[in-house]
Amino acid sequence: MSQEAHHPAAVSPVERRVATLEALLTERGLVPEGFIEEITCRYESEIGPMNGAKVVARAWTDPAYKQRLLADGTAAIAELGFGGPEGDHMVVVENTPAVHNVIVCTLCSCYPWPVLGLPPAWYKDPPYRARMVREPRALLAEMGCPLVGDAEIRVWDSSAEVRYLVLPERPPGTEGMTEAELAGLVTRDSMIGVARL
Amino acid sequence: MDGIHDLGGMQGFGSVAHSPAELAFAGRWQAVARALMAVVAGAVQASGGEFRHSIERMEPGHYLTSSYYEHWLTAAATLAVEHGLVTRAELEGRAGGRFPLSGPVLAPPVVDAGPDVEAARFAVGDRVRVREWHPPGHTRCPRYVRGKAGVVVRLDGIYSVPDIEAHGAARRREPTYSVRFDAPDLWQDGQHGVRVHVDLWDSYLEPS
Repeated sequence: MSQEAHHPAAVSPVERRVATLEALLTERGLVPEGFIEEITCRYESEIGPMNGAKVVARAWTDPAYKQRLLADGTAAIAELGFGGPEGDHMVVVENTPAVHNVIVCTLCSCYPWPVLGLPPAWYKDPPYRARMVREPRALLAEMGCPLVGDAEIRVWDSSAEVRYLVLPERPPGTEGMTEAELAGLVTRDSMIGVARL
Repeated sequence: MDGIHDLGGMQGFGSVAHSPAELAFAGRWQAVARALMAVVAGAVQASGGEFRHSIERMEPGHYLTSSYYEHWLTAAATLAVEHGLVTRAELEGRAGGRFPLSGPVLAPPVVDAGPDVEAARFAVGDRVRVREWHPPGHTRCPRYVRGKAGVVVRLDGIYSVPDIEAHGAARRREPTYSVRFDAPDLWQDGQHGVRVHVDLWDSYLEPS
């Protein structure tokens, strides 16, 4: 037997509290069979930034689609089969050489789940939420996102019902690529607006 | 409430612990915490406002030193106790120790929500000022824009006002707007070419 089997990892206080609430709610018949596995599966494999990447690649290759996407994000994203909670009211903001967009939620962690999945930990933690609305130029530089010197920065604080997706600029030298190949270039961070491609 | 969750513009936090990719859940307990919040919210019919407020009421030190999914766990347990699904004694007895919950609701229940607002008071391009208020309950009006003037850049839909739905069964629906603020107006620090957009309900605003 391995060393680990003899010395299982200690249960942390938060894990103990989760197990406590899970046990009490299960005893009361409130946790449906398989519910936790269903949640895990949905957020680990069904939704994620690969969905948003398809939206971006379509916008790069189909000017009419891009127009629809910028006019009515929710409907255009639904054309590709994506939608649902935290994606019912989508606004897509376009990066250009003169304008850089970035999204944040200062009050909690609002994020467009259907196209980006669940937010990364740093998006939900205090430093990002506190600083992105106050010193975005400094924070973007610190996060490795180079900006053209005098480009306007537009920060979008998701404080009501709209959820945002940044449409990054298509990188140069990608003219011959297929839509699927282009989707492979699009990163989560570029659709939040903390990276450029 | 002027709670710890309202972080926009606060200083002293240091660098962002950024990684280009990470798992959806850093351990099974996080997925369970997420699922349990959904279970409790469904069982007690919590509105989005009540759910968010149950996190906002966390003790500030606990909020800042715990992860996102610990926030969800704390909120789920708090709502479960407040709505009588479990007791605090059961939680602490079973956990074998302290089980921190969020603090009490400071605002009185909303009985009369007032009439829905169907017509937008403002149009794109209008100058507006955010009301300088400090409601004791839930609100989606961040502190850093209160009292500040900006320009409406987009009209969004008509939605339930979080300040009301968090505090009872009453509901009022109002138009929402995206309002653009010039960063120098917010922070008086002379930065250039930065605009911050905040999405606000009609009653948060007055003409400017």
